[in-house]
Amino acid sequence: MKRFSPFIILFLCLILILTGCQSGSKSDKIIIGLNAELTGSVPVVGASCKNAAELAVKEINDAGGLDIKGKKYPVELLIEDNEDKAESAAAAAQKLATAGVIAMIGPNASRNAIPASVIAESSKMLMISPWSTNTKATIDEKSGSPKKYVFRAAFIDDFQGQVAAKFAIDQLKTMKPAVLYDVASEYNKGIAEVYKATLEAAGITLAAFESYTSGDKDFSAQLTKIIQAGADSLFLPNYYSEVPLQVQQAKKLGYEGSFIGSDSWGSSELLTLCGSDCDGSYFTTHYAADIATEKAQGFIAAYKAAYQATPDDVAALTYDSFGLLFQSLQTAGKIDREAARNAMAGITSYEGVTGNMAFKGTGDPVKSAVVIQVTDSAFKYFQTANP
Amino acid sequence: MQYYIQQILNALQVGSVYALIALGYTMVYGILTLINFAHGDIFMVSTYIAFFFSTLLLGLTHHLPPLFTFVATLLAAMAGTSLVAVIIERLAYKPLRTAPRISCVITALGVGLLLENFMVAFKPIGPDSRIIPALFESTNYVIAGVTFSTLQIMIILISGIAMVLLDLVVRKTMIGMAMRAISWDKFTVPLMGISVDTIISITFILGASVAAIGGTLYGMAYSIDPYMGIRIGWWAFISAVVGGIGNIRGAMLGGFILGFIEIFTPVFLPASTYRDFVAFSLLLVLLIFKPTGILGKPAVQKV
Repeated sequence: MKRFSPFIILFLCLILILTGCQSGSKSDKIIIGLNAELTGSVPVVGASCKNAAELAVKEINDAGGLDIKGKKYPVELLIEDNEDKAESAAAAAQKLATAGVIAMIGPNASRNAIPASVIAESSKMLMISPWSTNTKATIDEKSGSPKKYVFRAAFIDDFQGQVAAKFAIDQLKTMKPAVLYDVASEYNKGIAEVYKATLEAAGITLAAFESYTSGDKDFSAQLTKIIQAGADSLFLPNYYSEVPLQVQQAKKLGYEGSFIGSDSWGSSELLTLCGSDCDGSYFTTHYAADIATEKAQGFIAAYKAAYQATPDDVAALTYDSFGLLFQSLQTAGKIDREAARNAMAGITSYEGVTGNMAFKGTGDPVKSAVVIQVTDSAFKYFQTANP
Repeated sequence: MQYYIQQILNALQVGSVYALIALGYTMVYGILTLINFAHGDIFMVSTYIAFFFSTLLLGLTHHLPPLFTFVATLLAAMAGTSLVAVIIERLAYKPLRTAPRISCVITALGVGLLLENFMVAFKPIGPDSRIIPALFESTNYVIAGVTFSTLQIMIILISGIAMVLLDLVVRKTMIGMAMRAISWDKFTVPLMGISVDTIISITFILGASVAAIGGTLYGMAYSIDPYMGIRIGWWAFISAVVGGIGNIRGAMLGGFILGFIEIFTPVFLPASTYRDFVAFSLLLVLLIFKPTGILGKPAVQKV
């Protein structure tokens, strides 16, 4: 019995908070729900998301609230932990929906965003996932049509494969591209296939299209094959823990071409494991901490001042999710879920930290990607790739 | 042509690591008829000992000669891993000496899980991948279109030396004779004044030491993480069975056969994903036609 008492108290408190919110919310303030991975296997993601969310809300409140048709409404944040579990993400979404939030930001990881999106859809609550890149988050699996209330701030995996392929053609002038990817992982496999299809559509035949299985550490057989095929560029859409091995082994076997990667490279772990071997490689991602736009610099400076850390891509995308929501509310002209959803779907241009975004009939934004070059064991902004 | 020579070189590198680990499986089986399923994880532990010891040495203010650092790391990994293996044997396997075989096998699997999960939970280690720092300068050589590195040559060479030494220990020394005697008849041996427990411990020490040699070299060429021992342990186990479990030269041969399967599967078949299929098919076919493995001799069951 003793073990349960804190939960009961917590539950009672929650009921008090939630009912308290509902009574006074309709007219004079905006309540936004945050469904984040605060505990579980990716707590760094949850922490970045929460930090950026609190920063976005604080900026609005410091200015006196969100200006809707001349009236300023203070913004309140309701934070729920989804423990990086599918069922908790759905439960948190349910809780936020009944608490009467105007919209829910999050969850971030696709494995949580997909179940939460089902709840958002059934309770007609606007949901914006900052970081999820899996197509299933915004597309209804049964009907194949886009979900009505679910949006995201990140680009989808397919787009990244196309961007990487275009970059390889235009910048690297690749004639004999090769790919080495993890066939056992959905993310890696998806991007690799789109990359291949895009190159083939441009009339370039792949020199080699090699796979491995998660957990492999020796890639010498595949790499020797790739080198034998005379590859001049190698696409590695794999996780940051494996990429250094692949790059190092390729170099040891005498490969001299260039390396391209995807947003799964974007961890400082990669630099630690790779040393100087990854220098000169490129990868596509959502945002670069040294990007030059005014909006991005303002956000980075404010984030650094508040948390003494450089914001990562989750933080930037969360901040943009809030920006999108604020713009939608202003366009809608009233605090209403349905109106906010319609305004969101109608966004034709939003200048965010991670680039310009527009929505064209689906919950996936049309936006640009950033290409980063690894230089002197650091990530450096190289160029922006437009769709 | 140079393409195939390159792939053979790759296969020798991978195969020598499998052979070193397979030796541990085969020796323990030979003496205890126990498949020590924790051996892959003991190999994993050895890579972490090498990692922490080498970072410690490289972090010292005095710059030690590279050869010294390398040899010291190798010895430290061998000593540390042997200690871990002996502790495991004394705590987990010795109390079960008279228990049914299946209890020992399950215990071995449990010890493996314990080691993996302890490493993940233990803060200074955790689930991240690491790479053992380069202990000596590794340069790339290109001869007639075939590329190889100092590290690659060292892996093949040191593994070869370790295998020859182990073979000599088992065949030519008193300890080796005692080991072979126990595997032949473990009831008569104690009557001859040989301490079975000591010999079993020595077997575990030898198995752990060769695994540690493999682990140190492997950690320098690849990366290390707490779950690395699972797959490599399975492949080494198949190596031991293919070569004839209980037979030392068989384990070495098996290791290289598996190394060649690993490398040449993607060369001749459309994808590397067929590797496990090929390896386990070989195991099945071999067990049907020659259940004792390539070099194994059928055991005579004494009643």
